[in-house]
Amino acid sequence: MSPQPAHDITLMVNGEAIAESVEPRTTLVDFLREALGLTGSHVGCEHGVCGACTVRLDGVIVRGCLTLAVQCDGRRVETIEGLSDSGELADLQAAFERRNALQCGFCTPGMMLTAQELLAAGGVPSRDTIRAHISGNYCRCTGYHAIVDAIESVAQARAQQG
Amino acid sequence: MQIADDVPPGLTALDRPNSYIGRSVPRPNLARLAQGRAQYVSDVVLPRMAHAVFVRSPHAHARIKHVDTAAAKKAPSVIAVVTGAELAKVITPWVGVLTHLKGLKSAPQHAIAIDRACWQGEAVCAVVARTRAEAEDACELVEVEYEPLPAVTDPETALDPKTPLIQPELGDNLCFERKLDAGEVDKAFAESDAVVETTFMFGRHTGVCNEPRAVVADWNPGEQRLTVYHGTQAPHMMQNLFAKHLDLAEHQVRVLTKDVGGSFGIKVHTYADEMATVALSKLLKRPVKFVADRVESFVTDIHARDHRIKAKIGVKNDGTITAFEIDDLTGIGPYSVYPRTSGIEANQIVNLVGGPYTCMNYRALARVVFMNKNVMCQYRAVGHPIAVAVTEGLVELAAAKIGMDPVDLRRKNLFADDAYPAASAAGLKFEALSHHASTDKLVKMMDYPALRTEQQRLRGQGICRGIGFASFIEVTNPSAAFYGVGGAKISSQDGVTMKLDAQGSISCHTGVSEQGQGAEAVIAQVAATAFGVPMERVRVVMGDTDNTPYGGGTWASRAAGIGGEAAWQAGKALRQNVLTAAGSILQARPEALDIRNGIVIDADTGNERIGLDEVARVCYFRPDTLPPGFQAELMATRHYVPRAWPFAFTNGIQAAYLEVDIDTGFVTLIKHWCVEDCGTVINPQLVDEQIRGGVVQGIGAALFEHCLYDERGQLLNGNMADYLVPMAAEMPDIECGHVVSPTADSELGAKGAGEAGTAGAPASVMNAINDALRPLGAAPLTDMPFTPGKILRALGKV
Ligand code: FES
Ligand code: FES
Repeated sequence: MSPQPAHDITLMVNGEAIAESVEPRTTLVDFLREALGLTGSHVGCEHGVCGACTVRLDGVIVRGCLTLAVQCDGRRVETIEGLSDSGELADLQAAFERRNALQCGFCTPGMMLTAQELLAAGGVPSRDTIRAHISGNYCRCTGYHAIVDAIESVAQARAQQG
Repeated sequence: MQIADDVPPGLTALDRPNSYIGRSVPRPNLARLAQGRAQYVSDVVLPRMAHAVFVRSPHAHARIKHVDTAAAKKAPSVIAVVTGAELAKVITPWVGVLTHLKGLKSAPQHAIAIDRACWQGEAVCAVVARTRAEAEDACELVEVEYEPLPAVTDPETALDPKTPLIQPELGDNLCFERKLDAGEVDKAFAESDAVVETTFMFGRHTGVCNEPRAVVADWNPGEQRLTVYHGTQAPHMMQNLFAKHLDLAEHQVRVLTKDVGGSFGIKVHTYADEMATVALSKLLKRPVKFVADRVESFVTDIHARDHRIKAKIGVKNDGTITAFEIDDLTGIGPYSVYPRTSGIEANQIVNLVGGPYTCMNYRALARVVFMNKNVMCQYRAVGHPIAVAVTEGLVELAAAKIGMDPVDLRRKNLFADDAYPAASAAGLKFEALSHHASTDKLVKMMDYPALRTEQQRLRGQGICRGIGFASFIEVTNPSAAFYGVGGAKISSQDGVTMKLDAQGSISCHTGVSEQGQGAEAVIAQVAATAFGVPMERVRVVMGDTDNTPYGGGTWASRAAGIGGEAAWQAGKALRQNVLTAAGSILQARPEALDIRNGIVIDADTGNERIGLDEVARVCYFRPDTLPPGFQAELMATRHYVPRAWPFAFTNGIQAAYLEVDIDTGFVTLIKHWCVEDCGTVINPQLVDEQIRGGVVQGIGAALFEHCLYDERGQLLNGNMADYLVPMAAEMPDIECGHVVSPTADSELGAKGAGEAGTAGAPASVMNAINDALRPLGAAPLTDMPFTPGKILRALGKV
């Protein structure tokens, strides 16, 4: 495939206004990593299975490897960097750290964005529900048990705080 | 779920106040990973950096008649298009043999194939361009003319005279063969009351690290130095190999390894495309990056397992095991992998079969044959999952045959807990194991009798559940006996350099490395304890051959046991040095002082005498005030290598509880237990998470993972949609327990725990499936992975 002419796009990434020129074939995750240096979103498979590239587009999680950068023109993207800086994930990050729910950490940003979506729905999901919800995010290191523990503990803590 | 907070214990077995040994302290630096601020090699960008992409052979075996690079060279942003012959001027080939695996042979392997491609996926040409996308575009313009050759893809016929030779100069397709005959096997079988014979199959599978292999090589002709950012488990080993094959001195090579997105043994080998990338940097005099994509990972990351084992066990009616016999055949790739070889897995299987048991009659034959498939080498738990599945599969089949409970049969044959030192039939030497204590603990944790009752009750309702066990031993803390004696420049010793900074904190530089296991935490915990500072005042430096003591890295469950002991010794040595300096400042005897919580105290009274910051201030900035002739040494280095035992064996037992849907063949894992004994536990949470992660990889092998090749040597499922890996929904909760038998070879007494989970899980799942299906008259399943189709076939439903 040879490159097609570049398109100009403008979008909000982690609250910053971005104007860039991208090839139509550039995926969102490559754009974030290469053009913007946001390397917290990872590339594990480039075919939509592992979830390492998970980011938020207009508030909904998407696979950064199955989304093209040009599709994000005029839209709002949030990544692990922005959600860390804003403090939105602070309790989840603390739980992951204390529970050792990350080993190599490669899956972790995507895993936390996915978990945060479930937690945002409120209530305390069952362990089976948590497992089902994160089943599009591959982790080779942990065996998932600790991740389920960490997410469950945050759900309980948030429920208690009301 | 309540996350238990780490609670400081009182005095520990290691007898230091405010010890961190045995505490589940969180790993330092996890915040960096959790915030997306890690630095994996795939994130590294350097000035002038170019990207390498490889044209790979679509054939399993083909002569390369011509490579036409002209069109690719003219493509946009292309910097170079390099063939194997061109690259061979910069990098020499290698041969993956070890002298202690007698007779093991292999052919020279080039960074890029020159005359022949020997597996589907072998690189035949490199394209370097300013961006990866443009390099990929240009790859499509490289015209390679192939003459397809017959592919050898069936291990069973690889040694037949009419089968073509993959490496003609070797004379046959046999890479390695080992035979062992201990005790009186024929006599023992003849005297058995029951003999069980079956064939076990283990599918080829691979590591599927979440971050693919990645390397950025930066040859700087101005400095005459090569810096390699490399996602590797063994930085010093790679430094040696880059130097050797690029004709450099080791001091001209620096290997830097920061964050690594998973390894599991995948990233401890020499990969042709990585060697080629480094050579391309030398050739082009600029940084070159290569990151494997997922399809490349499936066809080039080492594969493992792929064994066919005919196996036999004899038992008496009272449950005594009389003999084991195995005939193992394994098909590797066209080359033995460098420098660890592709013979180790078969060799380990010969060593480990029957290992937990006192039976001394054992015969084994293992043959390793070349195939035109991707290369095979050591992946997490090397040989253990196979040896354990064969041994434990036989044990449970024998128990069923004589009508004995499988736990009772094990108890009758396991080495007694007071039998040590002891040796197995294969000659493995055991210092101190705890098979019986571990079994007792497991049976209690799972409430075995109650589970059997539940199983029976549900069976009455047509629900088909099974319980399966697997006792195991695990090789950890390898000495030079593993690789060094065979001539490989792979360090079994490791070191820690510890120094006091000017504010009284310490840095620990170590040769062991981190890919998520928690080595950094373990080193910090041990160092803080040995020296006497809070953990916040310890910084660990790893993954940099310029700045760490020479060491082996992290593999074969060695980081905690070997690196940890070096940290312990370095911490003690630095404490001594600091107390000598403090004694000189305070005019006190160093023996009367100690360091606690970062403060020098009177050892007897605990009274505070002087802060470490003050000791450092005087020694670094006002040494003129110290007594004449006194020189403070606020840095210490210590190394450690196991000497008394070739390996520190650990042991344990796992159990799986699962349900088989006899209409669909689907297996639902309900619960999994593991009790293991890794000696002194430095960080219980980290040990448990190593076990859990390992168990899930073992479950993957048992139920899902399989690199499927057709008879032409084409990988049929080289992507993550078709090659199934364990995801959260299918995995059970895993309960862990410990028994502690420290090794006396080190003061710390820690052994490894990284592979125990993977070693025992496949066997326990297999045994549980067979336990579930046995009452239905199904033939025992012994062909991993146990897919729904195989289960339905065993039930005679398809
Ligand atoms: S990289 Fe996008 S799902 Fe794997
Ligand atoms: S922590 Fe390594 S992949 Fe999840």
